[in-house]
Amino acid sequence: MTRDAATGRTVEQSAGNGPPPGEPLLVAERLTKHFPIMGGFPFQRKVGAVQAVDGIDLAVHAGESFGLVGESGCGKSTTGRLLTRLLEPTAGRISYRGQDITHADRKALAPIRSEIQMIFQDPYSSLNPRQTVGAIISGPMEINRIRPPGGREARVRELLETVGLSPEHYNRFPHEFSGGQRQRIGVARALALDPRLIVADEPVSALDVSIQAQVINLLQRLRAELGIAFVFIAHDLAVVRHFSQRVAVMYLGKIVEVGDRESIYVRPRHPYTHALLSAVPDATEFLAEGAGASHVDAGYAGAGEGAGGGPAPGPGRIRLAGDVPSPIRPPSGCRFRTRCWKARDRCASEEPPLAPIPGNGPGHLTACHFPEDPTTARGEAVILDPALRGGGVAKAHGVEG
Amino acid sequence: MVAGELVGRSPRQLMWRRFRRDRAGVVAALVVLFFFAVALLAPVISWLYGKDAYTTYGLDRPELLDPVSGYPMKPNGGIDGEFWFGIEPKLGRDVLMQLVYGIRTSLLIGLAATVLSTITGIVIGVAAGYLGGRTDYFLGRLIDLLLSFPQQLFFVAFMPVVTALFVSPEKETPTYLRVTALVLVLWLLGWMQLARLLRGQVLSLREREFIEAARVTGASPWRIIRRELLPNLGTPILVQSTLMLPMFVTAEAGLSFLGVGVVEPTPDWGRMFAKGAEFYEGDITYMFFPGVAMVVFVVAFNLLGDSVRDAMDPKTTR
Ligand SMILES: Nc1ncnc2c1ncn2[C@@H]1O[C@H](COP(=O)(O)OP(=O)(O)OP(=O)(O)O)[C@@H](O)[C@H]1O
Ligand code: SF4
Ligand SMILES: [Mg+2]
Repeated sequence: MTRDAATGRTVEQSAGNGPPPGEPLLVAERLTKHFPIMGGFPFQRKVGAVQAVDGIDLAVHAGESFGLVGESGCGKSTTGRLLTRLLEPTAGRISYRGQDITHADRKALAPIRSEIQMIFQDPYSSLNPRQTVGAIISGPMEINRIRPPGGREARVRELLETVGLSPEHYNRFPHEFSGGQRQRIGVARALALDPRLIVADEPVSALDVSIQAQVINLLQRLRAELGIAFVFIAHDLAVVRHFSQRVAVMYLGKIVEVGDRESIYVRPRHPYTHALLSAVPDATEFLAEGAGASHVDAGYAGAGEGAGGGPAPGPGRIRLAGDVPSPIRPPSGCRFRTRCWKARDRCASEEPPLAPIPGNGPGHLTACHFPEDPTTARGEAVILDPALRGGGVAKAHGVEG
Repeated sequence: MVAGELVGRSPRQLMWRRFRRDRAGVVAALVVLFFFAVALLAPVISWLYGKDAYTTYGLDRPELLDPVSGYPMKPNGGIDGEFWFGIEPKLGRDVLMQLVYGIRTSLLIGLAATVLSTITGIVIGVAAGYLGGRTDYFLGRLIDLLLSFPQQLFFVAFMPVVTALFVSPEKETPTYLRVTALVLVLWLLGWMQLARLLRGQVLSLREREFIEAARVTGASPWRIIRRELLPNLGTPILVQSTLMLPMFVTAEAGLSFLGVGVVEPTPDWGRMFAKGAEFYEGDITYMFFPGVAMVVFVVAFNLLGDSVRDAMDPKTTR
């Protein structure tokens, strides 16, 4: 499989760390999305807002894979939908290859539509049950009036092969496929327009663990062979580790730490990144073991129990207390302070900027007043869950750490 | 994956297969088809049977009716080899032909009202669900308002109003105008259920990711409605309109029964009940055939609607 000569695109950035050179493909500045909460009778009016995404900055370079990680509800999908302009930003700016697309309408976006595509989280709701696989994958070409040499049907069959399905599946309907196969159909649809950038919104989290690695490997291959840039959204750090050169960690609508793979996984500074990493002590083994990604779904909340079966040597556990605060009334100052073990008065009054802090490598930004040491080794367990603090349980875990 | 025989079947084909296995549904469908065939082939039936719906056989041939009471001379409403369903008291018209042509009139009106209401329901329901916001709010209130009307009463009240729009009250109203007015009144108050149902369906479909997938490739709203939404609304539309048709037919019969629908001499199913009520003490047979036909018709349609609904397996509709 080679890239069309017509597009003339090459793999500009295949692997390696550090901020990639050249002009970025997609840039978001102070990107914000507040969903109004309507209420009142008889006339509805705005009574509040869900601050789903609150002023994030990011840049994705050609051929690069950018990971976006955070727990459920922190605004990852909203960010993805803003980047693909499925949602209208409340504030901020998005530009694609220098062109401002923040408020571009459907007509103005038309030329860019084929370059930014999306893969969705739920393989069941992302395919129209009434359309054949052929219709689903050729739809984007029809809409954009693309006539590939050899015809659309031939191109669809080719795409089916590319994503590891049989060309014979052309006339089948989605209900005949398994979750993993459906996700491959979704990938083929995203590829139909020959995009430069794909926003993949938790493309594997709805799949069986044994299937996750297969789909990730497929995406990995596409990125390497076709030079497509990815914004890869995931809810834990393990999944993106082998996929993304740069990773941003999101918490409650904000990016709290961003850096290359090395910085995030080996020298993280933000307490929240530490907590996330501690949840997947065997993140390094993901994909290395192929299908052995059984800890991917454990999530950090249950990580203590998850790892309990096979105590990880070295780093102590971090258990966060309570729930994520509501994005309707986020905490003042640092949004993580209600769950942070290092929080002090300053954290409540002053919002830490996302900035390079002393000790960070190039391109590694952290939003924290009192960052952790740049290491994942941890002498003692941090247990903030009140249910576990004190008593035998905490001690037991303390010993483990 | 799936058993070999099911490979490559569309959800519609699967539905059809399930439907064919449902015996009650198939029988109901055949009965419904039979009624439509009768309505469609009324002139042919008339020609084969050798009678029509207008000739007053009883007046032309005095031996058929009792000159004093006006009831048929023969027992059972005058049923014999010549008049299969008997003859009408007083005027002596053929009951079978009256019923056949009556079904034709009522089904025609019901069908026209169903088609118009279905189209209106689709347009308004999809518009409200897809556009949302203010449009949805106002269309929703309009639906609430119209649904709050006591339907039968308003049918009766509106009929003269609508008729008066076309002809001045002093003049004789032509039959086609009465029929048009009936269709309009039934339509006006008949589309809301479907619209409300579809609005809800569209609201939930709109959140599905395949709609976003279409938008992200640049699909126009029109294409999304046509290619992504409507194919997924086929089943509720089908089910709802199979329930709508008998509702309209009975409503039309009701109006004609009350004297605001189709008037003499045009044959009408509902008006036969009015006549039957007049005669039933002396001749119950006249009421019998239209009554049984109506019951069979309504039951068959409802069974058909249920079977269509059952045929959509949750596996293929999600
Ligand atoms: N259309 C919407 N209207 C109102 N609130 C919304 C809307 N979409 C998302 N939200 C809210 O915005 C916040 C962020 O949602 P988002 O879907 O972006 O989270 P997420 O990080 O993708 O979570 P998940 O891992 O569960 O997919 C949530 O609190 C959610 O309830
Ligand atoms: S700024 Fe304060 S509260 Fe926020 S993460 Fe850093 S130490 Fe914790
Ligand atoms: Mg999400």
